[in-house]
Amino acid sequence: MSQIETFYDVMRRQGITRRSFMKYCSLTAAALGLAPSYVPKIAHAMETKPRTPVIWVHGLECTCCSESFIRSAHPLAKDVVLSMISLDYDDTLMAAAGHQAEAALEETIEKYKGNYILAVEGNPPLNEDGMFCIVGGKPFVEQLRHAAKDAKAIISWGACASYGCVQAAKPNPTRATPVHKVITDKPIIKVPGCPPIAEVMTGVITYMLTFDRLPELDRQGRPAMFYGQRIHDKCYRRPHFDAGQFVEQWDDENARKGYCLYKMGCKGPTTYNACSTVRWNEGVSFPIQSGHGCIGCSEDGFWDQGSFYDRVTDLTQFGVEANADRVGMAAAGVVGAGVAAHAAISALKAAQRKTQSKNEDA
Amino acid sequence: MRDDHAPAAAGDPHPGAALAGDATAADVESLRKHSSVYVYEAPVRLWHWVNAAAILVLVATGWFIGSPPPSMQIAEATHQFVFGYIRFAHFAAGQVMAVGFLARIYWAFVGNHHARQLFVLPVWKAHWWREILFELRWYLFLEKEPKKYVGHNPLAQVAMFLFITVGLSFMILTGFALYAEGLGADSWLYHAFGWVLTLFGNSQIVHSAHHLGMWAIVIFMMIHIYVAIREDIMSRQSMVSTMISGHRSFKDDRPG
Ligand code: HEM
Ligand code: SF4
Ligand code: SF4
Repeated sequence: MSQIETFYDVMRRQGITRRSFMKYCSLTAAALGLAPSYVPKIAHAMETKPRTPVIWVHGLECTCCSESFIRSAHPLAKDVVLSMISLDYDDTLMAAAGHQAEAALEETIEKYKGNYILAVEGNPPLNEDGMFCIVGGKPFVEQLRHAAKDAKAIISWGACASYGCVQAAKPNPTRATPVHKVITDKPIIKVPGCPPIAEVMTGVITYMLTFDRLPELDRQGRPAMFYGQRIHDKCYRRPHFDAGQFVEQWDDENARKGYCLYKMGCKGPTTYNACSTVRWNEGVSFPIQSGHGCIGCSEDGFWDQGSFYDRVTDLTQFGVEANADRVGMAAAGVVGAGVAAHAAISALKAAQRKTQSKNEDA
Repeated sequence: MRDDHAPAAAGDPHPGAALAGDATAADVESLRKHSSVYVYEAPVRLWHWVNAAAILVLVATGWFIGSPPPSMQIAEATHQFVFGYIRFAHFAAGQVMAVGFLARIYWAFVGNHHARQLFVLPVWKAHWWREILFELRWYLFLEKEPKKYVGHNPLAQVAMFLFITVGLSFMILTGFALYAEGLGADSWLYHAFGWVLTLFGNSQIVHSAHHLGMWAIVIFMMIHIYVAIREDIMSRQSMVSTMISGHRSFKDDRPG
């Protein structure tokens, strides 16, 4: 037997039967959108490859990513991945605490140098030398840099690690900074959302553990299989959007009929995420299905895009407390008044000149 | 030899010979034989009106995309496509405008020299700057008599460069980036314009910028139409009819 356990070894040790293991492999393949022919490949990889250790660190965050993760619909995925992770280091989920925990972190880094995945929840604040977030007596940014140095790849969990989220919203007093702006020399995969969907999280992690590589990423570094489409592209209320049937007010008749939430400020048309396909809480529902528009939680700077309830939002990026229409109408009004005044003076001047030349002629 | 673009010298013995702006010796020669100069060739005029119509459609439908009309109940949602048609008209007009703009750029290369005015500001010419100053004074009622121009007057040229050349390019870039989102991240259009979305960071900002761009174009339209009509009445040359017939005629044959 090899020194380092395989995934399968870990699962068996956790009391998982062979039958359940095969189920897990087929469900994982399905969740990742892979053909059934991949099931034996996943099983084979799990049986033969040494398990990839995961270190999970926490910066400025609210732990909603962890909360989401432990609610993954597929219990096996959750149990297995979770148990594998807690074997290594996750200060929220592991049994150890205090000095013991920090020692576990050092041990994992030493033992698996260059082989472990670093999962980051939250982000480091950089102002005041990082004093706004202390882990184990030191600024979190130091722990992050230290753990990232020997990592194989980094997962940025959630909007915080990916883009900054609420703690980085203007004016961002602690200078909370997304991971990719602090660690620039490692492959980083962003899994944004506030929080990300549990199945998306376990799907990404399982893919990386089994195939030993990053899934295909899009332009912004998000896994294309989950962030390739907007909420709007797969929203079940889309026919009402195209028909021009909207909820006009909360709790109106159209709201009861389940019309499109565009006029209520739904950000589905500008948000890339899997909510409208994978949904939440074991596929029960997602925000739009329960009658509230998407707030764009998985997009860069989503707190700084004006109100969640406006379609044409205030121009916070330009430091203006008005939306494009109000700015535009005010400018057009000023110009319109200017044009009218100019036309009036022009007419007066022309009339004046005419009388003048008449007088000269006379 | 006189510089091709220099204004004909004042005090020229030939009446009507002294013209400002981008008039060339050939234009002056033409004026000597005819009472007007052929300025805007047919493709330029056609583009102007197609572009104007496309922009009208784009502004109207763009407004509704930001603030949709009240909900309608004509048929079952499956058979009703009201907002879909509004967006369709927007995208169709946007593509007409984009193709027209490309054709207009092509014409700048093969058309007459007036066709290049929209794309090249002659900032290296002192007389151009002097004429800008003069035009400003004319619009501030500080000059009694305007100059005669065959092509655009320099102030109009600056406005057109900013709002049409730069402005429409911006609308086309952001518009196609938004359109590519609908086609999907694996579409060729997304490969061509996806960088615009990455540049802005969040597609909502692209929507806002595209929306602001509409107001810039609306404001340009207001000024453009006012000035065209005003100059048609108060200046010494034809304006509105020139964009229909292509010929610029002058109301007097006094110089400059
Ligand atoms: C003069 C030129 C144009 C004007 C005035 C204009 C105006 C607008 C406005 C006001 C919006 C609403 C933005 C919002 O608040 O969400 C919009 C959206 C949009 N425009 Fe344009 N636009 C122009 C050119 C174009 C072009 C050339 C295209 C390319 C096909 C285009 C494609 C789009 C798309 C795809 C959207 C988003 C539609 C949606 O989210 O449903 N536009 N436009
Ligand atoms: S509810 Fe939102 S995501 Fe769904 S169709 Fe309407 S605008 Fe798009
Ligand atoms: S629907 Fe929108 S706001 Fe809600 S969880 Fe999904 S991406 Fe976030």
